[in-house]
Amino acid sequence: MWEIIFMYIKAFFVGGAICMIAQILINVTKLTSGRILVIFMLAGLILQAFGVYEYLIDFAGAGATVPISGFGYLLAQGAISGAKNGLFGAITGGLKSASAGITAAIVFSLIVALISRPKSKVH
Amino acid sequence: MTTKNNQNYNKEYIEYVKKIAPKTNEARSLFHAFLVGGFICLIGQFIRYLFLYTFGLFGDELAGATSMALIFIGCVLTGFGVYDNIGHFAGGGSIVPITGFANSVCSPAMEFKSEGFVYGLASKMFVVAGPIIVYGVSASVLTGLIYYFIGIFTA
Repeated sequence: MWEIIFMYIKAFFVGGAICMIAQILINVTKLTSGRILVIFMLAGLILQAFGVYEYLIDFAGAGATVPISGFGYLLAQGAISGAKNGLFGAITGGLKSASAGITAAIVFSLIVALISRPKSKVH
Repeated sequence: MTTKNNQNYNKEYIEYVKKIAPKTNEARSLFHAFLVGGFICLIGQFIRYLFLYTFGLFGDELAGATSMALIFIGCVLTGFGVYDNIGHFAGGGSIVPITGFANSVCSPAMEFKSEGFVYGLASKMFVVAGPIIVYGVSASVLTGLIYYFIGIFTA
């Protein structure tokens, strides 16, 4: 029981800290959201390429998998485990393990865009 | 004499405010990003436990199903126009979680629907997600190849 509550706390603080680092980058460099997403995805991918990011996931659970760096982790992890099965696995492994997220984003976005009426943005 | 003093006083005060104001806003934006980003990860952890204990998922299936559920939530909130409001409040706290990725796919798809279903909705869907997939997949292939050749030479 306490283990689960402790896991929620760790997820909250690690996830929040990653988002706060992104906000610091935005405040200092004025980067657009697209570049922030690419930078954080690549950061997660490179960390896992050196075998580091999985320790953060063991520690913080969703706090490390939910940020986009977790998506980069999946790409690297898939490629590394695919490489054990040969050259073909090394090339296809990354996109294979990231396919759930990409498929969901495409299909749900298509459905929502088809249903929704275009409206003017309120700022 | 007193009016001059007052003017100086005002000037100093305005400069003081200018110096202080953006800093406090910045600190507040960090706090908001931390709060919202942490909360989204908290929901992610809740969904993870839900799938683990009620559906008995584990490993890759659990991770995939969790991110699919969060992407679903992100797309629906974008459809109702709620996610943009969260974004104004949270900044990086709403961009970096996977729900922000879903928002970056869904939002242009909705916006450019009026320009047609092929060159509008479908192609503009990848305005932000495209670069992520391009560099992500390329970097993962590079990682896989490096691990493959290390495996050959060390075996």
